[in-house]
Amino acid sequence: MPPVIRIDELTKDYKVGFWRSRPYRALDRLSLEIAEGEVFGFLGPNGAGKTTTLKLLMQLIFPTRGGAEILGRPLGDVQARQRIGFLPENPSFYDYLTAEELLNYFGQLFGYAPAERGRRVAALLDRVGIGAERRLQLRKFSKGMIQRVGIAQALLNDPEVIFLDEPMSGLDPLGRRDVRNLILELRDQGRTVFFSSHILADAEALCSRVAVVANGRLAAAGRLSEILAFQVRGWDLVMDTIRPDVLERVRPVVRRATEISAGRYSLEVPLEQPPDRLLAELVAEGATLVSLTPIRDTLEDFFVRRVAEAGAGARAEEAARARD
Amino acid sequence: MHAIRSVAVNVFKESVRDRVPYNLVLFAVLLISSSYLLGQLTAGQDVKIVKDLGLSATAVFGLFIAVFIGIGLVSKEVERRSIYPLLAKPVSRPQFIAGKYAGLVLTLAVNVAVMTIALYVVLGYMSWMEPAAVRASWDAPGPDPRLLKAIALIFLELMLVTAIALFFSTFSGPLLSAALTLGLYIVGQFNADLKNFDRVVNSKTAIWLARGAYHVLPDLSAFDVKTQVVHGLPVSSGYMLATTGYAAVYIAALLLGAVAIFSRRDFK
Repeated sequence: MPPVIRIDELTKDYKVGFWRSRPYRALDRLSLEIAEGEVFGFLGPNGAGKTTTLKLLMQLIFPTRGGAEILGRPLGDVQARQRIGFLPENPSFYDYLTAEELLNYFGQLFGYAPAERGRRVAALLDRVGIGAERRLQLRKFSKGMIQRVGIAQALLNDPEVIFLDEPMSGLDPLGRRDVRNLILELRDQGRTVFFSSHILADAEALCSRVAVVANGRLAAAGRLSEILAFQVRGWDLVMDTIRPDVLERVRPVVRRATEISAGRYSLEVPLEQPPDRLLAELVAEGATLVSLTPIRDTLEDFFVRRVAEAGAGARAEEAARARD
Repeated sequence: MHAIRSVAVNVFKESVRDRVPYNLVLFAVLLISSSYLLGQLTAGQDVKIVKDLGLSATAVFGLFIAVFIGIGLVSKEVERRSIYPLLAKPVSRPQFIAGKYAGLVLTLAVNVAVMTIALYVVLGYMSWMEPAAVRASWDAPGPDPRLLKAIALIFLELMLVTAIALFFSTFSGPLLSAALTLGLYIVGQFNADLKNFDRVVNSKTAIWLARGAYHVLPDLSAFDVKTQVVHGLPVSSGYMLATTGYAAVYIAALLLGAVAIFSRRDFK
């Protein structure tokens, strides 16, 4: 099945400086493929190139090099936008319009008849939890409510692919839960969701696959289950009835020993140390096994490591260029 | 087409919500109070002055709307980032520009239409109040249909100024756009003088440059037939047609330029 989103060597340079302008690479040869029905997390610290990528995909800015296709159509294809939804980061709308009028206006752009527009607008505003406020001008809306309106307008055309730039931004915990549920609902309907975030808990809860960008470059990409499953960094061995003298004897071979309750300890065994030998030794000394589980990286651990590596790589390249 | 129409209607709605129509109240008050005062002060000239004042006020009020809304048509959208979700919808950049322009022209059309009606009502009232002997001494009847020719040319001029403001708005901020538009408007009022520059200078280069500038810069004095109309002098259909053609070509060139610039612009 062809990918729904295909990004190929997408690169964006900006000119910085007034008198002697020099290029600044905001995005460097990004290549990605996203399949139909995926919830894809596009992760990275602030300034990594996430919003630049989304702006390129929406043709709000033009690539210096490379290109992309959405639903098999090249960037900028106006007809393809009939099937796409987009929520920009910190969205801003016409504050003299009410939420209802704004969605009606956007509905007109999609060419919907008045009755169809009315039906869609009412249903979407209900869905994102905008009640009687829908008849207030947007200038009276809080940031969280604007974000909800932004999500509603992104779903107005029942899109096959939805791009969300920091969708949880400005939302309270209830709002975040609602958006998470909404994204899961979209996934269950078979829609493709591409969302950028620097909040890793959101990605961990929602995504089937993620990409990490740092310094404008792709630092890693893969299935969340693969990324986290193979990053085992030790073992957590929980044993009951360990005698104090036995504990003192094994302490040098464990990274950390934490008493959970009287005689029950959680022992963090490093990856280099096979846990079976220690387990056998403890059992021989009268301790009983409660559990043995691998300690895996969290997405945060993975993210921090990859971002640091990318940063070091970029610095090394810069230093090499300076030497040349 | 529905995309252009929707963008245009939204521009019109914005101008209404931004209380632009309040200027119509000011216009009506100005016209009614001045006609009353002039009626007390002058003998026989009051209708001419009210016509002149009405036409000038239509042009000036329209100019303020064209410039001060026109300069924000695109730059305001970019500044407040409302253009991001909009351009992700099935609207091309040329359609966006065309819609913005059409919306402001619609706003101006409604304004000019209401001002025209107000002017005719005041002139009709003045005509009704005067005895037949006084009316017979006027150059032209009070509610003279020929006024519509002057109003049509004022409207064309406003359409041209709107296109200038929109053009500058596609690549510069509101302040610079305002300065450039007003600058071009002032130059446009005196542009006709450049045509006859050879009468005052001998330098061939200067004459050549002046002629070049005359052809490139808008000649806005061509749209001003207020004096003729107020004094009941004829304005030929040929002149109306030629001026309309000139405005159409100039507006088309400005809009094409605006589209060309806007279609390449990055929204950082």
